Amino acid sequence: MKRAGFSDRWLPVLFLLPQLTIIFIFFYWPAAHALRSSFFLQDPFGFGETFVGMKNYTMLLDSASYMRAAWFTVIFTSLVTFLSLSIALLLAVKADKVIRGAKTYRTLLMWVYAVAPPVAGVIGLVLFDQSWGPLRDFVALFGWDFRLGVNYFDTAFTLVVMSVWKQLPVNFIFFLSGLQSIPRSVREAALIDNRSAAGRFWDVTFPLLAPTGFFLLIINITYSLFDTFGIFDTQFKGEPGNNPMTLVYKVYLDGFRGNDLGGSSAQSVILMVLVLALTIFQFRMVERRIHYT
Amino acid sequence: MAQVKLNAVRKTYPNGFEAVKPASFDITDGEFVVLVGPSGCGKSTMLRMIAGLEDISEGELYIGETVVNNVDPADRDIAMVFQNYALYPHMTVRKNIGYGLKNRKIPSTEIDAKVAEAANMLNLNDYLDRKPSQLSGGQRQRVAMGRAIVRDPALFLFDEPLSNLDAKLRNQMRIEIKALQRRLGVTAVYVTHDQVEAMTMADRIIVMNGGVIEQIGTPSEVYHSPASTFVASFMGAPPMNLFDGHANGTEVHVGETPLHRHTHQGKVTVGIRPEDIVPDVTGPLAINVNIIEELGAHRLLHGHTADQAVTIHVAKDFPAVTGPMTASLKPDAVSLFDSETGHRL
Repeated sequence: MKRAGFSDRWLPVLFLLPQLTIIFIFFYWPAAHALRSSFFLQDPFGFGETFVGMKNYTMLLDSASYMRAAWFTVIFTSLVTFLSLSIALLLAVKADKVIRGAKTYRTLLMWVYAVAPPVAGVIGLVLFDQSWGPLRDFVALFGWDFRLGVNYFDTAFTLVVMSVWKQLPVNFIFFLSGLQSIPRSVREAALIDNRSAAGRFWDVTFPLLAPTGFFLLIINITYSLFDTFGIFDTQFKGEPGNNPMTLVYKVYLDGFRGNDLGGSSAQSVILMVLVLALTIFQFRMVERRIHYT
Repeated sequence: MAQVKLNAVRKTYPNGFEAVKPASFDITDGEFVVLVGPSGCGKSTMLRMIAGLEDISEGELYIGETVVNNVDPADRDIAMVFQNYALYPHMTVRKNIGYGLKNRKIPSTEIDAKVAEAANMLNLNDYLDRKPSQLSGGQRQRVAMGRAIVRDPALFLFDEPLSNLDAKLRNQMRIEIKALQRRLGVTAVYVTHDQVEAMTMADRIIVMNGGVIEQIGTPSEVYHSPASTFVASFMGAPPMNLFDGHANGTEVHVGETPLHRHTHQGKVTVGIRPEDIVPDVTGPLAINVNIIEELGAHRLLHGHTADQAVTIHVAKDFPAVTGPMTASLKPDAVSLFDSETGHRL
């Protein structure tokens, strides 16, 4: 096959330049800077720096608060990913069966997508507020004394609920379109082959949704790790206290509130390695993934 | 093995469209019935109602002795072959064929034996561990057949199974499917829009048009005594010649030429198969030939008689030329239809 190419060697470079400039200024340069800072102890007011080697990293590993945040991040990410994927799948399967008013249901389900994460955080604050939150009053009926921002578990609960709620529409849209791309005749063949609806779902529908599901898994892990920042930030603006937080929020807190730029840089380098690993894993899986025709 | 009985089965959609008008017919045990008609005639809807993929609005459907209107597709003891094969893309050929059996709690050794037997019958032995995407169209078709036969059903349903194959493969699969059905002795309902498939495969043909059954009969009955002008023009390639004629109580004329003796009076439609018009220098029918179609084994002459289009089928050794010629009719060549309703007289 003949490949289309440029006769001039500088023209393609020129086309790529704007994109490369953006990536360089907003990613490579700060990343390199973070990597460098992570080996230094920075003066909070910018009056100099001292080389400390790996000390920023070793301190992190010894730090109870960092390990606590790391564990919380693992649990939080798993919970949000699992819940938002499974609930969205359930909704998509049910919405797929709706014939009358299908468009209205779908629009209602997708609506939340337009809500920005900080706004979702504020909605969470309002719903679970100690003195006048309607959901707080509701769970109080079952004897649950809900204390948002005070009780560690209750705060984590709110964060998970709001993060899942915010992510549902995206997953829902992808699962629904995934379901609708399964040929009708394949489902009908299954209808003749298997009388159990659950059996048909797990044997036929679910495997055919696997490519969509895997893609969403990666998207959701990234979302839970990074994009939930806005929800966290609105939840404990000004009063982090001993509240649960993810590693990403801790980077911000230690760097910009605690003025520990070196330690914060070390934390972001760790996160970069994590994302790199996730990306490699994703590409490996995509390569190995079976392509159905 | 089972007979199928439809009693005034009707299909209407919520928007009021009547896809199938009340239809009644019986299919006897082991019979191969072909539902044929143009697209949108309701033949697929009829098949899907028999399969249970579509609700029956009114009437009763019997498979064997029982009414199955409200029985799940999986419990109707049927097997269906779809137009696009509908294989499970994530399963190997072996699993595709065995899936229906696995769900019936059949021991796996027995499943393996049945799959192997079906694969043998369909020459699929070398492909059992492949995925459908690695197979050709003909092989996928065979897998779909295999999936149907391992179930050992009471009834086979085919929904245009050969439409996605090229012409050569289609002719071959046509014979294979027919032979397989004969060997297994399973009742079959086969939907197609291809009248050649209908003629060659069917024990009986059901011709449908606009949700109505136009005619039920053996291929020979449908071809030689079409029940309506629709059947006359749909079955046969080229179709039956249809002329506007006039009956005076003793004879039927097309233009000035008397063609047939009949007691009917008034306007009629006269149907004559192209091969029933024979070139004859002393014949009564004057034809002006415009176009000659060379088909190798025979030729088709297209022209006009009494200002109406006519097609004649002649042997390859007939020296065809364009221009005027005369012809006569074979005995019993004429079918008469009511010119208003199109029904056979």
